[in-house]
Amino acid sequence: MATVTYSKATRIYPGTERPAVDHLDLEIGDGEFLVLVGPSGCGKSTSLRMLAGLEDVDDGSIYIDTRDVTHLPPKARDIAMVFQNYALYPHMTVYENMAFALKLRKTSKSEIDRRVKEAAALLQLEDYLSRKPKALSGGQRQRVAMGRAIVREPQVFLMDEPLSNLDAKLRVQTRTQIATLQAKLGVTTVYVTHDQVEAMTMGHRVAVMLDGVLQQVDTPRELYDTPANVFVAGFMGSPAMNIKTVPLTDGGATFAELTVPLTREQIAAAQAESGDGKVTVGFRPEDCDLVSESEGGLALVVELVEDLGSDANVYGHAAIDGTSERFVVRTDRRHMPNMGDTVYVKPRTGRNHAFHAVTGNRI
Amino acid sequence: MMTTTTPPAPAGTESVPGPPVTRAARVRRRLNSPIATGASILIAVLWTVPTFGLFVSSFRPEDEIKTTGWWTAFSNPQFTLQNYQEVLFGRSASSGQLAGYFINSLVITIPSVLFPLAFAALAAYALAWMNFKGRDWIYIAVFALQIVPLQMALVPLLSFFSEGVSLGGIELMPAWNLDDEEKFVQVWFAHTCFALPVAVFLLHNFISQLPKDLMEAARVDGATHPKIFRSIVLPLIVPALAAFGIFQFLWVWNDLLVALIFAGGGSETAPLTVRLAELAGTRANEWQRLTSGAFISIVVPLIVFLSLQRFFVRGLLAGGVKG
Repeated sequence: MATVTYSKATRIYPGTERPAVDHLDLEIGDGEFLVLVGPSGCGKSTSLRMLAGLEDVDDGSIYIDTRDVTHLPPKARDIAMVFQNYALYPHMTVYENMAFALKLRKTSKSEIDRRVKEAAALLQLEDYLSRKPKALSGGQRQRVAMGRAIVREPQVFLMDEPLSNLDAKLRVQTRTQIATLQAKLGVTTVYVTHDQVEAMTMGHRVAVMLDGVLQQVDTPRELYDTPANVFVAGFMGSPAMNIKTVPLTDGGATFAELTVPLTREQIAAAQAESGDGKVTVGFRPEDCDLVSESEGGLALVVELVEDLGSDANVYGHAAIDGTSERFVVRTDRRHMPNMGDTVYVKPRTGRNHAFHAVTGNRI
Repeated sequence: MMTTTTPPAPAGTESVPGPPVTRAARVRRRLNSPIATGASILIAVLWTVPTFGLFVSSFRPEDEIKTTGWWTAFSNPQFTLQNYQEVLFGRSASSGQLAGYFINSLVITIPSVLFPLAFAALAAYALAWMNFKGRDWIYIAVFALQIVPLQMALVPLLSFFSEGVSLGGIELMPAWNLDDEEKFVQVWFAHTCFALPVAVFLLHNFISQLPKDLMEAARVDGATHPKIFRSIVLPLIVPALAAFGIFQFLWVWNDLLVALIFAGGGSETAPLTVRLAELAGTRANEWQRLTSGAFISIVVPLIVFLSLQRFFVRGLLAGGVKG
């Protein structure tokens, strides 16, 4: 059990100008499940590998508890890692794979046996202990990789997109398994994924990264309800939030005939720092209603309707200032429009998000 | 304006619509056809006929060998072990006395295979997976050494053994001054030197292809470089070791030049090849013995090849990593 602290940790790959991870400041509590999420190349895996000791730290430090591990080799850090492609030792059986790290630490035979059997029971791998990895299915290999980490009883688990090689159904299943397992073991876990659904469902807290810079760290709910900037707002949630930069008036933001009301403070903030009379406004697909024409919604020509069973996503475009803008609205299945229909959309009051048009920060 | 959608899946998880049909793939498919198989069997038979003839001849009596071709042995079968008896254990000066040379050959060959294998595997691992200054330059130097012909190094090596190394009158290394059986060391040394560049190059290519994640997983598991080498790398490069082992064994076993120069022609160190060359040169009127002598020298490489063949396994890495 341990805390992890990144303090201005920076990684610059040799031969590149821009840091892959730029002054990362992040504190992870004891027993916490922290998810690092972001698009490809945002530095999330690099951050994890820096903590693992597989990547040099060019500037700043990393602490596990109060111990400075910045320049320690991986073996001195007491961490276990699950790799994206499992990285099982192909010439060893499942048992040997799991026992490898323990053997290196000169754990006694009986202790190794006990821990491996225990982990195997936890992961339902008892029947496969004498098999080689090539005789296992993808899901089983993934569990062996997990088992290899569990038997270590490390201070921190690191997981680098462990589910990305599984098929969709297995991924959902394993997702809950990992979350339950982590709760049961109570080991501090850092989990990297590019999938925002995994981030939302698994993490106690989620850290969103972009271009090597940490954008926001918060609980999934906070992240979803009050995104700190335009990127976080657009990244979290599926389908993505409707985010448009539109002219600012005294009453709020004007989407053609629709005006989204903003508070006085928001308007003032939007005008500061050369806001240029514009504001970026976002509202989630589920935070708007289809209304009748007389209620003054935004006219949307329907392009596509996705019936999800429980509800439906309506994709359409609206003309704003002469340009065609795309919007997504989640609606009740009973009121599903048809393709080509014109519907009127009105965001629910108080559920919109306003961002500065230039800086992109929440206002 | 931005409407962000879910980020794209990372490369590698995308489904690839089957490997493209390359020219190589087409050629390969054609090579698998029955006609190609038939043709290769025919070629194999043609190539083997002389060896087979040698084999048959080696069992025929002296008079028969000298008067008729080996194929007549089938219509008029007369077989004897006389040739082998003479060549291996004959007491007269004119017989081969190959038994002792046979042992010499083994004494020369086995260390000359094991030393380069061991050194090259270690060097290849270091060059492939350890980060240190000048790594690339060392690799380039090793690579470049492959083009130096062996013959160019003979004289310098000889003078290194007999005079040592001195620079500007200061002796950096004394002369080796080896006598008799000690000269085996010179042959081992020479063969190891000559084999290392190719061996390092081949094994480096193989070792550097091992998945990076495997090494990282081992490091996170707490393995040091020696441990990774022993527990992860060595078991996975067995096919490459076997391939190079066979290659080197055949080369050393059949080598005449290096052995003659560094071990000399004396009966205590000279290998089979040296003795066979002498037999051919000085016993021209008793060349019935050459057949059995040559066959004795073929047998060992055959055994080595057949026994190491089972290590050529495909898919040793299967199941370790995905994608």
